[in-house]
Amino acid sequence: MKSLGTIRRDFAPWNDPNAKPYIQFDKVTKKFGDFTAVNHLSLTIFEREFFALLGASGCGKSTLLRMLAGFEEPTAGRILLDGQDLRGIPPYKRPVNMMFQSYALFPHMTVEKNIAFGLKQEGMPAPDIEKRVAEMLKLVKLEQFAKRKPHQLSGGQRQRVALARSVAKRPKVLLLDEPLGALDKKLREETQFELMDLQQELGLTFVVVTHDQEEAMTMADRIAIMDKGEVMQVATPAEIYEAPTSRFVAHFVGNVNMFEGKVAERTASTTRITGATGAEIVVDNGGNATAGSDIVFAIRPEKIKVSSKKPADAVNALEGEVYDVAYLGDMTVYHIRLDDGQIVRASALNASRITEDPLTWNDRAWVSFRPDAGVVLTR
Amino acid sequence: MNSTWSRFNITSIVLGFAFLYLPIVLLIVFSFNESKLVTVWGGFSTKWYVSLFHNQGLMDATWVTARVGVISATVATVLGTLAAITLTRYTRFRGRVLFSGMVFAPLVMPEVITGLSLLLLFVAVGLDRGFFTVALAHITFTMCFVAVVVQSRLVSFDRSLEEAAMDLGAPPVKTFFQITLPVILPAIISGWMLAFTLSLDDLVIASFTSGPGATTLPMKIYSQVRLGVTPEINAACTILIAVVAIGVIIASIANKRREIQRQLDEQAAQRG
Repeated sequence: MKSLGTIRRDFAPWNDPNAKPYIQFDKVTKKFGDFTAVNHLSLTIFEREFFALLGASGCGKSTLLRMLAGFEEPTAGRILLDGQDLRGIPPYKRPVNMMFQSYALFPHMTVEKNIAFGLKQEGMPAPDIEKRVAEMLKLVKLEQFAKRKPHQLSGGQRQRVALARSVAKRPKVLLLDEPLGALDKKLREETQFELMDLQQELGLTFVVVTHDQEEAMTMADRIAIMDKGEVMQVATPAEIYEAPTSRFVAHFVGNVNMFEGKVAERTASTTRITGATGAEIVVDNGGNATAGSDIVFAIRPEKIKVSSKKPADAVNALEGEVYDVAYLGDMTVYHIRLDDGQIVRASALNASRITEDPLTWNDRAWVSFRPDAGVVLTR
Repeated sequence: MNSTWSRFNITSIVLGFAFLYLPIVLLIVFSFNESKLVTVWGGFSTKWYVSLFHNQGLMDATWVTARVGVISATVATVLGTLAAITLTRYTRFRGRVLFSGMVFAPLVMPEVITGLSLLLLFVAVGLDRGFFTVALAHITFTMCFVAVVVQSRLVSFDRSLEEAAMDLGAPPVKTFFQITLPVILPAIISGWMLAFTLSLDDLVIASFTSGPGATTLPMKIYSQVRLGVTPEINAACTILIAVVAIGVIIASIANKRREIQRQLDEQAAQRG
């Protein structure tokens, strides 16, 4: 038998042109009065995928989820689930279940009754319900809390009841609205891994809405970054981080340094960029930038090396002064003010206990990076 | 906080409570008066309570009042709850402001006007006045109180509970009866009790809309007092006060207990 890890590693239906889409948003628009929450959005999600919708509040991610659940109908466009158009199908007839941000546990019912609620609605025989509820309680490790009411549980336990209730019916798709938003940091990290294991174990398709990028990066197979009702980029966490396609995405996920500039020269293998003050940067991959066009060069702090002397072999090296140092234990973050005035953020992993080349406030310093360390953004 | 018992504090409390409760205390004391004269103390006796239960007129009036109260409170609770749901849920229909104004207007409407207008209506449509018209009138004026109580609960009701129920496969009607109704039930019960109490002590509207054979207890007491207060009336009022007081005390003890239990549960949950 393949381990879960292997299944996850080989899972990439989005690269397979023959893979059948499972959930399809087809040019979906949703307006509330004059406000456009979702604008002409198309998106494909595959079966058994753990898909995250990531964005700031008000970007339309929750509206998208609510349209999938059936609480909102699209103003235009259609949503397909396993080939079936969902238009006009009320929430109580859709093969999807949702875990609510507030958990929405029924306060007058015990944990057991909460989990059994959905099963009763579909007319499952009582012995089968009992069996399934016991199974679900075991899955979320709440066996001894079956007879408690929601207000007799801690936040983490409530979250698990909500989860058990929403997967009890074995939906085709599980929708999770900020599933870990109400938990404290430590519990949240544990629960992230629990959710991933659960998704693999049950073989369900998960669509999670979150504003927490770390959460999305940890759990999701693919992430859709949303802004103002539109999808900015859909890709795996690594692609989103290492190869953002726009300034918005580069900025939204993680820390980034941005250099404004012009493409001075463009060949098949290299792109030469001239900064506003004349500094030159050479990169391998120029994307679709053409010579003479205005672009932004984006590079992550950990891809930048800081040293007191100019490295002999560096293709890209810029000189400046140490402006700020933040020692975080596992790493040190430097803010270097380049001689043209721009501040560059660089982080260095403290792999050894004693640093050979210590830098401190107001020291002269060089920042250097490889030609393949950043990306050229045209939008 | 300064909690010393200054002379000023004590004086104001004594005066305040005397102002509120002295008349009631007098009424209760004189219900145990041996003498037939209401204002002259003639020794302790419970004979007026005994004679009260032999007073057929008062007993009939009590029975009418109880039936009017139960029927009108029940119907008013159903209608008031429906009105409250409409007002909280459907916030954007045409004429909502007018509708909500009309629902709540009877709260401030002088009872005389309510009573008179209902009387005119019953006469105009040729309805024989009696038990039925009193009940109808009480439904009309208590409904808005129920609507206010239930609406205040619905405003803080988490709509995602209903969405969760529907998401799990319950159609809207089932969702209402299995989720919404049980959650807002305490407010509905409070509404019912408020409506029942209002119906119980209404004199003005009942006087306008009642007919032969449908005399309510307040009407009966009022008409007897006009012929002179008897200790029997005092006894009747004392029983009424006792019933109301016991109801209020039970309700608040139950509430308090629930609150304490809830706090204990929450503490237990925090400990894991």
